[in-house]
Amino acid sequence: MRALVIDDSRTMRRIIVGVLTALGFETVEAADGRQALDVLEQGIEVDLACIDWNMPVMNGLEFVVAVRERKDWRGVTLMMVTTESEHGQIVRALAAGAHEYMIKPFTPDAVKEKLQLLGLVEIEELV
Amino acid sequence: MTLAPDTFAFVADLVRRRSAIQLEPGKEYLVESRLLPLARTAGLLDVDSYVRGIRAAPHPTTLEAVVEALTTNETSWFRDALPFRALVDHVVPEMLTATTSGMFAPQLRIWSAACSSGQEPYSIAMALADVLAPSRMKITATDLSDQMLERGRSGRYSQLEINRGLPAPMLVKHFTRAGADWEIAQPLRSAVTFQRHNLLDAPPVGGPFDVVFLRNVLIYFDLATKRDVLRRVQQAMRPGGFLLLGAAETTIGVDDGWERVSVGRSSVYRLAPRRAA
Repeated sequence: MRALVIDDSRTMRRIIVGVLTALGFETVEAADGRQALDVLEQGIEVDLACIDWNMPVMNGLEFVVAVRERKDWRGVTLMMVTTESEHGQIVRALAAGAHEYMIKPFTPDAVKEKLQLLGLVEIEELV
Repeated sequence: MTLAPDTFAFVADLVRRRSAIQLEPGKEYLVESRLLPLARTAGLLDVDSYVRGIRAAPHPTTLEAVVEALTTNETSWFRDALPFRALVDHVVPEMLTATTSGMFAPQLRIWSAACSSGQEPYSIAMALADVLAPSRMKITATDLSDQMLERGRSGRYSQLEINRGLPAPMLVKHFTRAGADWEIAQPLRSAVTFQRHNLLDAPPVGGPFDVVFLRNVLIYFDLATKRDVLRRVQQAMRPGGFLLLGAAETTIGVDDGWERVSVGRSSVYRLAPRRAA
């Protein structure tokens, strides 16, 4: 599994990369939506994109819209990871095509549970 | 720092008598981490001094607080996912079919046992909301802890709690913002009733139940207590009802009155026919 971590904060990218690596993901990083699109356009296949909302150049919502317009990127699961926490914003992101929405701050367990919901991490048979 | 053996023995005995939960040797860290906040609140530096104080002058409220601190569990929404799928994909369709033959009441009665702060009963309500009107579900949520029941009744959860396993589409559909928290919508709240209950007592009111969620509870009990709890659960259920256990739990080797039914990647349990008369 490969994940694209998109956030303009290097610290936040490091945190998310750390959690995903522990869950067995390879990771690629991008500092804004445009850089992230460049990664996909290079043909690097990713299973998951963790997407901040507010970023320079291209924000997370614009990135989601751009990805959903491309049939060949349908396999990318899109999860917003953002401080934006209003009900209406979550609705907007889901309507644009995001599959999941995680509000910062979060715990590593919360990331794991979201990825289990998305079928990207196995649900353990044993507690 | 290590816990004194007599501190651990006292706490383990107290918790066992009050809740039937068995704290095996090796759980000292759990006692220490759960009781340290209580010790600090009481102005003491460590758990040993705190417990020494309790033993010298036991007070019901303090004893209750100790039991609560050790019996409440971290909880997430749709924990382990699979039981909720089994409920919607298998249990409900089967019960709805049975309803037409007059076997089941038009209202599905579900017991969420040891419900902690309410994520499980509300997850059940959300899962069922896709296939059943809230007026057709009656969910009885029980726990030993008054504090947890109060949290469940409030229907309010922090952002950190909301992040734990709740699918975003469910969040926007069933919750509204309440300041910094989120609050579950009224139709689902009215489908869930909370009541204090000890699994070693007579069944809670609200039964007989078509479905019982008893998840990640039996693992804390010794074999005799497991049997006792399962027998009481059986008495609380309607014949043909379903029991859903935690991923690491089974009735096999504990009580042969149940049969296991495989549903997808998980299992549910039903009373074996000879006992279901």
